[in-house]
Amino acid sequence: MALTREQMAQRVARELKDGYYVNLGIGIPTLVANYVPDDIQVMLQSENGLLGMGAFPKDEHVDADMINAGKQTVTAVKGASIFSSAESFAMIRGGHVDLTVLGAFEVDVEGNIASWMIPGKLIKGMGGAMDLVAGADNIIVTMTHASKDGESKLLSRCTLPLTGAGCIKKVLTDLAYLEIENGAFILRERAPGISVEEIAEKTAGRLIIPDHVPEMTF
Amino acid sequence: MAGLDKRVNSYEEALAGLTDGMTVLAGGFGLCGIPENLIGQIRRLGVKGLTVVSNNCGVDGFGLGVLLEDRQIRKMIASYVGENALFEQQLLNGELEVELTPQGTLAEKLRAGGAGIPAFFTATGYGTPVAEGKEVRQYGDRHYILEPSITGDFAIVKGWKADHFGNVIYRHTAQNFNPLAATAGRITVVEVEEIVEPGELDPAQIHTPGIYVDRIIQGHFEKRIEKRTVLA
Repeated sequence: MALTREQMAQRVARELKDGYYVNLGIGIPTLVANYVPDDIQVMLQSENGLLGMGAFPKDEHVDADMINAGKQTVTAVKGASIFSSAESFAMIRGGHVDLTVLGAFEVDVEGNIASWMIPGKLIKGMGGAMDLVAGADNIIVTMTHASKDGESKLLSRCTLPLTGAGCIKKVLTDLAYLEIENGAFILRERAPGISVEEIAEKTAGRLIIPDHVPEMTF
Repeated sequence: MAGLDKRVNSYEEALAGLTDGMTVLAGGFGLCGIPENLIGQIRRLGVKGLTVVSNNCGVDGFGLGVLLEDRQIRKMIASYVGENALFEQQLLNGELEVELTPQGTLAEKLRAGGAGIPAFFTATGYGTPVAEGKEVRQYGDRHYILEPSITGDFAIVKGWKADHFGNVIYRHTAQNFNPLAATAGRITVVEVEEIVEPGELDPAQIHTPGIYVDRIIQGHFEKRIEKRTVLA
C-alpha cells in the first residue's frame, strides 16, 4: 500500500534528532509536528519570524498577531523567540536550520526541485521556498511519486521552472524513500507492500537499486 | 517647534506628500501586522501608478487588495500573491505588473536598502527564473546572484506601541516585514495601537529606533484573520 499522508509525516519524523531546529512547509510537512518522538526536543521555525511554533490556539486564545508562515493562527511554545522576516531568513540562508521539509511538483537526479510555478496556470509566487532550498543543507522533499495520471515526478530533468538547483538530496514519496547522489536516485526504503519493480516503473530518472531495499514499518 | 516629536494628528497629515507614481513600502505578512488605516488613506487620496513593495497584496476587499479596486497600483513587488482574484485578473489583462521576489531576498532587499547597501549576493534563486538577467558570481563552490536593494518614497508601517520620538515595538508575529520597511522609506509613517510617553518603553526592547521614523499616528485596527485555525 502507498503511504498515507500521516504515514509520510511519521516517516519524516524519524529523521528528527534531539536539539534540531526545523522548518516545516505547508501540507504534509506540517503534519510532521504531530509525530515528534516524546524523548526528543525540537524547535519549529516559521519563516515569517517565529522560532518555537506551538499548536493551534484554543478558540478563546486566537490572536490575529500570532500566525505561522501558512497564515494560520498558532501559539508560541515556552522559550520561543519572535523576530523580523530579515532575521528569520538570515537563520535560513545562513544554514542555521537543521532540517527543512517541503513539498514539490518535481525533483530530478541532479537534485533540482520545481515547486512554485506551473506556466499557463496561475502564478502565485514562491514565498520562502527558494530561500529555504538554497539555505538548508538537510532538506527532505515530500510528494507523491507520480501524478494522478501516473506521470513520474522523479525525473532526469525537471520540466517546470526551478525553485532551486542542485540542492535536494532526500525525497520521501508515498512509495519510497530515496537519496540523490551522483546523478541518480538511490532507492533506500520502500513503502509496505510496494515492490521494487513498481517503484522502478514509476521513477523516470536514473534509479539505483541496492541489493537489499528494506520495507518501512509503522 | 516639533523637534523630535513625530506625532501627527490626522491620516491626511500622515501621508501628506504622497503623489502619483511613487514607491510605497508596506509592512505586514498576509493580513498580519498590516498598516490598514494608512492603506485606507492611500485609497482616499486616490493616487495612481504606485509601485508597492510588500510580501503580499492583501485579499479582495481588505489590506492592499483595496488599492487594486481603483487601479492605484501599477507594479507590485511581492513574494506571494495567491490570495487575491482581482490581482490575478489585472495581471492577466496587463493593467498590473508583478515582480515576484523570494521572501528572504525581499526582506533582505529592504534591510539592505535601509542600511545603505545597494546590492548583495545571495544563493537564493540561482538557477531559477529569478536569476534571469542578474550577475552571477562564484564564491567557494557555490554560485550567487546579485540582488539590488530596495528603498521607497514612503514606508507605511504598523506597530504596537510607539513613543513621541518614534521608537516602535511590534506585537508578536505582527513584526514580520514592518521594521525592515521602516528603515527603507524616505518618509516612514508608523501607525500604532498606542502612543506612550517617552521613557515608557524599555530602550533595550525597541525594535525600530526613532531615527528611522518621520511620522507617528495612533489608529484603530480591525486585525482581520486570514486563516483561523483552532484546537479541536
